[in-house]
Amino acid sequence: MSAPTTATLTPPGTPDGRTRVPQGVKVERLVLHSAYLTARSVRTLFRQPAYMAITLVQPIIWLLLFGNLFKSVVDIPGFTARSGNYLEFLTPGVVIMTALFSSGWAGTVYIEDMDRGVMDRLLASPVRRGAIVVGTLAYQAITTVVQTLIIFGIAYTAGARFPGGASGVAVTVAASVLISVIIASLSDAIALLVRQQEALIGISQFIVLPLQFLSSSIIDTRVSPAWVRHVARYNPVDWASTAAREALSSGTDWGVVLPRLGFLLALACVMAWLATRAFRTYQRSI
Amino acid sequence: MSAPPSPSSPALAAEDLVKTYPAGRGADRVRALDGLTISVDAGMVFGLLGPNGAGKSSTVKILSTLSRADSGRAHVLGIDVARHADAVRASIGLVAQKPSSDPMGSGRENLVLAGQIQGLSRAAARARAAELLDRFNLGDAADRLAKTYSGGMARKLDVAIGLMHRPRVLFLDEPTTGLDPEARAEMWAEIGRLAAEEQMTVLLTTHYLEEADHLAQRLAIVDRGRVVIEGTPSELKDQLRGDAVHVEVSDATSAGTARAVLERIAGIREVTSSGATLRARVDRGARAVPAVLAALDAAGVEVASVTVARPSLDDVYLRYAGRSFEVAA
Repeated sequence: MSAPTTATLTPPGTPDGRTRVPQGVKVERLVLHSAYLTARSVRTLFRQPAYMAITLVQPIIWLLLFGNLFKSVVDIPGFTARSGNYLEFLTPGVVIMTALFSSGWAGTVYIEDMDRGVMDRLLASPVRRGAIVVGTLAYQAITTVVQTLIIFGIAYTAGARFPGGASGVAVTVAASVLISVIIASLSDAIALLVRQQEALIGISQFIVLPLQFLSSSIIDTRVSPAWVRHVARYNPVDWASTAAREALSSGTDWGVVLPRLGFLLALACVMAWLATRAFRTYQRSI
Repeated sequence: MSAPPSPSSPALAAEDLVKTYPAGRGADRVRALDGLTISVDAGMVFGLLGPNGAGKSSTVKILSTLSRADSGRAHVLGIDVARHADAVRASIGLVAQKPSSDPMGSGRENLVLAGQIQGLSRAAARARAAELLDRFNLGDAADRLAKTYSGGMARKLDVAIGLMHRPRVLFLDEPTTGLDPEARAEMWAEIGRLAAEEQMTVLLTTHYLEEADHLAQRLAIVDRGRVVIEGTPSELKDQLRGDAVHVEVSDATSAGTARAVLERIAGIREVTSSGATLRARVDRGARAVPAVLAALDAAGVEVASVTVARPSLDDVYLRYAGRSFEVAA
């Protein structure tokens, strides 16, 4: 994607007896390379059972903790949980929050690869920069889908019901995946620019926390100060929470859902492109 | 293996490369490369020898498409690295200075992934991985995570990863730095063997004099971003003013006579003496020894021992870089 040239020059004299995937098809290469790198990340996750357990258990704790902590916020005048059940209001919010928080760490993989020679080796190989980005994004997306379905399972078990049904769940999954892609791209780009674990985590926290609290993910912004409501209108985390919540309610207003998903998709594409561009800055520094 | 694109073009060519890095606020940019030029023929192990910061890694990074030169041109197999990076990448293997395996993957998984990324089918990658694991004696550890490997094993895995796709050019950036002497000797044997068997062009960087002497067919001494001298290791050593001859006389009182005798022999220079030991330089030590012995015998000086020492690369470095290698490193 960011390669400076569309070289038509093929390496001369490919040795015999070598099975080569047709490399002329750049898209095919992008997909294949992304798949190899995604598979590597998934494999790494399975080899770290403690980390995997935390990844999966964390959203459950948030759901149950916030669910009890803020149980009575629905009683504040102006709070519009349609069924009057905070858990049902909170579930899509925790889904988005989980996607947001886990994907903020996406760039740490890059830092580890840079600290070793893995990143240099990848960059000196025919792997497209886009594939290195898509690899981390696809991995985050897979994690987010699994986390989202677990949260729905727990919420359902705890008594929450979602009149929006399957299409509501599908919109929630889509919104959480898009948030993941947006934030993971941002995290990747920051990793490539700052190249240091501490700086990445610091910046990532600095961005993620305000995004979370200046949104309707755990509280109805109608009970927040007016400025928060205004800021939230430009906050992708709010777009995602609002779209998911609307799609899960009865009598879904698709005029609320679809534009927000559209904005999220557009932003996700822009952010992934920026992350790919960040490789240029990184390569200038080495 | 097939021949390079055109027989006249070298496998690796760097022409007047300049690379600067920012050195922090206010400071002038650091000049890592300052007009470096090298040319490496196909099928050869070429060594870049120099202390840390001399510009060896910067050269490797530019030739392997990782970074771009500020000015100058670089070609790999006749392909311009800045304009056709993709075409270059398919033909090269890079063994970076830092460990480049994924610690959470097994040796075999690392190799297979590297092969697939280079376009090998899964079956071809698995077959090649098995072959390399066997060659590098990693067969028993093949299915252990790379993070459990010893330093020597991890380095061998790095080299194997670089070889997966049978690259025509292999960059080995300080392949033995940090290894214990035994692992280093083993790595030398492997590199020597693979260079002969795979007929690759190898660009090796090192700050070990013995390593360059041992492995490289030609080498360039790099200092402050420039090549200060280039040639075969023995050519470089021949360019010093000959070999050192040490003569030990049996009786220190005859040292004065011995010195006068030596000074009269044609081709012998810089005669010095201390106690019973005389030192001199000659163009060809092996040829000078009989003359030295004959002259001393004729003068009645009894000789305890004569030794001839070839100049070391350290002497070469001292001469061309103007400072001792040990000091620079």
